[in-house]
Amino acid sequence: MRHDTVIIGAGPGGLAAARAAKRVGKRVLLIDDNWGPGGQIWRGYAGLEIDGIEKRYSTQISDLDLDCDQLILACGARELFLPFPGWTLPHVVGAGGLQALVKSGLNIKGKRIVIAGSGPLLLAVASNLSKAGAEVALVAEQASWSSLIRFGLNLWRWPGKISQAVGLATSRFRASLWPVAAEPGSVLMSDGQTWQCDYLACGFGLVPNLELAMLAGCKIENGCVRVDTMQQTSVKGIYAVGEMTGIGGVEKAEAEGEAAGSGSRLKGNHKRFVSLLREHFTLRPELKTLAKPETIVCRCEDVPLGKIEACTSKREAKLQTRCGMGPCQGRICGPVLEYLLGWPPDTVRQPVHPVPMRKLLNPRETANF
Amino acid sequence: MPRIKLNGTLYGVPAQTSVAAALMNAGLVARQSIRGEARGPLCGMGICFECRVTVDGIAHERGCQLLVREGMEVTTDAP
Repeated sequence: MRHDTVIIGAGPGGLAAARAAKRVGKRVLLIDDNWGPGGQIWRGYAGLEIDGIEKRYSTQISDLDLDCDQLILACGARELFLPFPGWTLPHVVGAGGLQALVKSGLNIKGKRIVIAGSGPLLLAVASNLSKAGAEVALVAEQASWSSLIRFGLNLWRWPGKISQAVGLATSRFRASLWPVAAEPGSVLMSDGQTWQCDYLACGFGLVPNLELAMLAGCKIENGCVRVDTMQQTSVKGIYAVGEMTGIGGVEKAEAEGEAAGSGSRLKGNHKRFVSLLREHFTLRPELKTLAKPETIVCRCEDVPLGKIEACTSKREAKLQTRCGMGPCQGRICGPVLEYLLGWPPDTVRQPVHPVPMRKLLNPRETANF
Repeated sequence: MPRIKLNGTLYGVPAQTSVAAALMNAGLVARQSIRGEARGPLCGMGICFECRVTVDGIAHERGCQLLVREGMEVTTDAP
């Protein structure tokens, strides 16, 4: 069936776009890789379903063969994971990752957790994990207090965010502190102290999921999709909303979704908050020295940094070491190599996810994989 | 409460639990890396493929993107 608007991603941005598009009378199809609406931030929340539109959950998009006037990309972001000795141990998980797992039924009652990395997400994760019964031993932010204070002083424009931050404050919080090595059941921090923990939850900020936008040929600027005031990308008919256009959180995603879905101009100044986050949570140079030559960078293919550094480009690294050629297709090691070695992201080709052979043999197959 | 088999052992798992969370609750890791390291879920949101397991005979399913169902059989290739 033909749709006026197809939306990929049912997080805050995609849901706002779907509601707005439905309101102005469009025939809407909403697609998401997860089993229900909410994206990562609202994973498992009740009451998010939108009636009167078509929905396909548990659906991965491996190419963009869709029949519609308007395509709205709301693919969100993933965490940036930085390699350090021990980061591949099973007790080391993402910060947002651990939160997503808890929202999906992981029991962390009584578990001792160290949260480390960078960005406001760390405090939100700490608060949610505590509510789920975990003992949050430490929240380590790599940014300095002076940077955090400057960030806080700039928050007056967004009173809602100030009260959020105050609500999340914890005595376990430390600034200018980061993990340097993990051993089973513990982590050594940059101040020389070792912390015992059941889980080390690490996230060094967020990286937009740009694969579909790049596949469609949308112009990317400073690591984000470039959009006009109506959220349209450089490709006519293709729109992008939320984290893909700049990491800025839920309010920005919802405002952009509303604009794209209803065909109106974006309201509010969200760009300022995006640059505020970027400026004050800049990753410190010491983090580039955590991975040793033997530390694995590409987790799919178990390629250590030393082998990758011996290459002159990502293409050479791929050909010589298989770095970035496993099931995640460089989604985890790509941003790492961009940060560590300055290697730009690769071009994206179909299929953007690994697909079973039967899908390649029968491209019209629409079953979920 | 759905009953599932993890590596042949029967578990009762609350509905709305993902396969990845069920594995972690049972103290299991998901897979063995190319060099033989034990790996568990990392991103929790379908990106990293570290939690891939065999579900009802289908290999390379991402445990974090799949909810448990009555009678589901999950096998890991973990060390």
